[in-house]
Amino acid sequence: MHQLLGLILKRLGFGAITLLVISVIVFSAVEFLPGDLAQQVLGQSATEETVAAFRRELGLDQPSVTRYFIWLADVAHGDFGNSLANGQAVSGLIAQRFANTLFLAGYAAAIAVPIALILGVLAALTRRSLFDRLINILSLGAISMPEFFIAYIMVTLFALKFGWFSPLANVTPEMPLGTRLWATLLPALTLNLVVVAHMMRMTRASILSPMASPYIEMADLKGITPLRVVIRHALPNALAPIINVVALTLAYLVVGVVIVEVVFVYPGLGQLMVDSVAKRDMTVVQACCLIFALTYILLNLTADILAIATNPRLLHPK
Amino acid sequence: MTDKNLLEIRGLKIEGRRDGKVTEIIRGVDITLGEGEVLGLIGESGAGKSTLGLASMGYTRAGCVISEGDIRFRGENLRNLDAAAQRRLRGRRIAYVAQSAAAAFNPAHRLGAQVTEVPVLRSLMTQPQADREAISLFEEVQLPSPVAFGLRYPHQVSGGQLQRAMTAMAMICKPNLIIFDEPTTALDVTTQIEVLTAIKKIVRDHGTAAIYITHDLAVVAQIADRIKVLRYGEEVEEAETARMMAAPRENYTRSLWSVRSFRKQAHTDAQGQPLATIENVIAHYGELKVLDDVSVELHRGRTLAVVGESGSGKTTLARALCGLLPSTSGQVTLSGTSLAPSFRGRRRDQLKSIQMIYQMADTALNARQTVGEIIARPAELFLGKTKPQSFDRARELLDLIGMEPGTFLHRYPGELSGGQKQRVSIARALAAKPELIVCDEVTSALDQIVAEGILKLLDQIQTELGTAFMYITHDLDTVRAIADDVAVMHRGKLVRYGPKEKVLTPPFDPYTELLLSSVPEMRCGWLDDVIESRGQTATA
Amino acid sequence: MARRIGKIPPTAAFGIAVVTTYSVAVLFAPVIAPYGQTEVVGAPFLPWSGEHPFGTDNLGRDMLTRLIYGARNSVALALVTTLLAFLIGTAAGFVGSILKGWTDMAIGRSVDVLMAIPALIFALLLLTITGPSLVATVLVVALIEGTRVYRLTRAVAGNLVVMEFVEAAQLRGESLWWIIRRELLPNATAPLAAELGLRFCFVFLFISALSFLGLGVRPPLAEWGSMVRENATLITYGDITPLLPAAAIAILTISVNFIVDWFLHMTSGLEE
Repeated sequence: MHQLLGLILKRLGFGAITLLVISVIVFSAVEFLPGDLAQQVLGQSATEETVAAFRRELGLDQPSVTRYFIWLADVAHGDFGNSLANGQAVSGLIAQRFANTLFLAGYAAAIAVPIALILGVLAALTRRSLFDRLINILSLGAISMPEFFIAYIMVTLFALKFGWFSPLANVTPEMPLGTRLWATLLPALTLNLVVVAHMMRMTRASILSPMASPYIEMADLKGITPLRVVIRHALPNALAPIINVVALTLAYLVVGVVIVEVVFVYPGLGQLMVDSVAKRDMTVVQACCLIFALTYILLNLTADILAIATNPRLLHPK
Repeated sequence: MTDKNLLEIRGLKIEGRRDGKVTEIIRGVDITLGEGEVLGLIGESGAGKSTLGLASMGYTRAGCVISEGDIRFRGENLRNLDAAAQRRLRGRRIAYVAQSAAAAFNPAHRLGAQVTEVPVLRSLMTQPQADREAISLFEEVQLPSPVAFGLRYPHQVSGGQLQRAMTAMAMICKPNLIIFDEPTTALDVTTQIEVLTAIKKIVRDHGTAAIYITHDLAVVAQIADRIKVLRYGEEVEEAETARMMAAPRENYTRSLWSVRSFRKQAHTDAQGQPLATIENVIAHYGELKVLDDVSVELHRGRTLAVVGESGSGKTTLARALCGLLPSTSGQVTLSGTSLAPSFRGRRRDQLKSIQMIYQMADTALNARQTVGEIIARPAELFLGKTKPQSFDRARELLDLIGMEPGTFLHRYPGELSGGQKQRVSIARALAAKPELIVCDEVTSALDQIVAEGILKLLDQIQTELGTAFMYITHDLDTVRAIADDVAVMHRGKLVRYGPKEKVLTPPFDPYTELLLSSVPEMRCGWLDDVIESRGQTATA
Repeated sequence: MARRIGKIPPTAAFGIAVVTTYSVAVLFAPVIAPYGQTEVVGAPFLPWSGEHPFGTDNLGRDMLTRLIYGARNSVALALVTTLLAFLIGTAAGFVGSILKGWTDMAIGRSVDVLMAIPALIFALLLLTITGPSLVATVLVVALIEGTRVYRLTRAVAGNLVVMEFVEAAQLRGESLWWIIRRELLPNATAPLAAELGLRFCFVFLFISALSFLGLGVRPPLAEWGSMVRENATLITYGDITPLLPAAAIAILTISVNFIVDWFLHMTSGLEE
């Protein structure tokens, strides 16, 4: 048990260090911005006094190390500073949008994970059959397409041609859940097409890999039925890679959502981030980047820890 | 068709289909096996013994197809049965014991659950009944603490124990026939004898028929009633074990039998300065001490055989000598000068003087370089030759190792047989004109007849060039064949060291005694004698 | 080999045909295209006609012409970026695997951290610093995709350096460069070639996504991703013209993937 705990602690420690390093990278992004930040924000017409006052307000007159720690402490309290573009508090700008993004990603995941796992297992079970090949070609196709292409095809077909949905996924906080689910179905399905293909292919591969091992041949030679061979003998050994697949895909969803949000003009974090990059509103970009990275790292961390915790070699040491 | 015969295979042909090519793996073999009878199937790699063993369960691996012949088990032709009916026989009436139990047990489940899976699934026993049965079988195969054994996972027990557990798993439904597919090949000799003893006892006690597949004649002679020799998918001959051992009819069989009789001529005595020494070397892998105060000497024109089981530190000793594993303390000397612990700190002429030959020629030769390039490179690098000169040297060396330069110079390793690849490895080592060659289990992966050819080649090289050899092996027959001096290693320590005659003559230390007495001898009844004599010492 | 090529699966044949067609467009764009890349030839958003087979774009430039030039610009951009990513990734991977120890560890850990930030998000952060520009896009995408190439190279090389022929070369005192060139590279060509194809697809999709978001290739250069963005408004009117450049991307990446799939199948020795 010691070994297991040690490994998990090590993994957690590494996650924490990664987060810290990323916070340094994100923070120093501002330092690399060309020109004087205050001057840029206030414009050329600003007087020297106002610029100096603004610099003090931003803390730009202090050394970077000090500013990093002040910034980090603020961020830890949920204070990301003010937008360079309009001076509003960044935390206020992102809170609702982050919730919207999580809602969309979660919605997509709730549909995608079961479908992908079932399709993956089916493809592995019927490997080399017509079904398997068809799924292989279709999923390869889906992976190869730009997300915005899939998104626009969905819009053209279901919103414009059939008129089932609105081409814009407008949601408001007070919308009832049912309406909200309907309004976001099209972007969720778009995300699904991409993600299911990925996840299904990886699930198939994770199951086929133990299927080639001697213990599966042994199970066969013990006269065990194919279904039981897959479920009892192959699946437990494919668990770690499958957990990994799910986590990776969820992590991917959080990011893949950026393009889909832009296409559907969905009020989420991704769209905000893209807008802010164009405006070079660094504080907002920083906040978005940190939040995306944090979600991504947490998901990967969870997957790794689950994979460690389901490994019989570590669960039952010598 | 007589009712007495348990298994009757007639005119069996199996084809392998790969890349659109069809090759015959089994070309018309018959097998007749009565109830309770043990048949030994023996042959070199590629003889088709495993394929035949699996086919007697009606099973073929992916890419193999039974094209002709009958497989009758208790009168029923397995080829006519559908998949479900075949599955009902497998595990229940015919069971299988795989070569590597470590890979054939599922890492995700406890051993007990795997052993009792079939009887419970087929409703032959309830789970508690099956558990009790498993415990009694674990006891029969002499597993330690049989009651708790089933609660453990495969990675928690040793290879020898897993192999015995697999035998118990095969036996749990009291099948009529068990196929043993090289069950002891991957094990050390001292472990092998325990597994052999367990297999022999359980098969005899339950009166189970068995097909025992192996490449090791001495092993099969202890277990089988009859022996069938296979080559290239065809039967060479079959006879009662005693008769087969005493008077094989065919030339091929005789060549298999005589292969262990090679002995090299005695070379010069160890005199004067040693060429190289290893002095009080201690080495670690991380925290683990893998060499503990080892000292040996190597002399020109002589072979030091380093013998031991897996984990004994014999390969580590070779790696410390070459500088691949820098020693923690102690020193290695060459021609009287001390060498840097790591090869990175050694001069080019020092690197040149010690060359290495590896066990697996497949990974030791770069598959993307021609034989000529492989052999020429050390000559170019160490002897300062130009490219054309170094290829001339490669031609000379190919001649020396008995491979026609015109044919082989521009071939790739993938186009060579296992023995040829190992010869190329030898030529590469010789190309540098070394004074000392380290051979790490160079014949272990080869068939016996091919291996003997390699040993003779090494001996010839030593006679002609006066090279010193350090020969790492686990096989005592090889030691007898080629050694001048012998070092016996156990758990990182040198337990016995000296000239061959002295080391292999009693009185022995306990470990060498155990090691020597565990090597199967080429006679019937050897195993029974050992069991008896060990039983006596145990009770005495 | 000849026998195998006789049995090209339909998917791979499709892929090869597409890649050939695209290559012609890339090489002979000025010859084939009816108009100039940035030439305004009529009113904005003209419908499809004999004169303008796919109509005109938001500024009144010929859509077909822009599509053909788009092939040249998009493919060239993706190729350069992929090669750069490969240069970074394979060099780091091979050097790390041979030198082991401290160097390997440092490279590995840095890549771990870089890969812990989602690729698109990291690119957005970097592009905020540099401001959107062609060079910045190429460098940023090459750096990010280079980390993925490194991962693969390190894994492949890691399996190779434990082979005894590499050990034998080290024992001979061969140089780092010799070992990479003569011992490792020839044995890594198959996985690296497959990776080159796959990476090209990812790079292509990545750049076009950035361009689509308005952060990659800048106007007036014809690039498929940005062409979708520029004309996206048409879609709301049920006109599928903006989907053409998107489809052009999809068809190319699907084709390359099909070829790589076939190649992997062949080199792994698996039969259908």
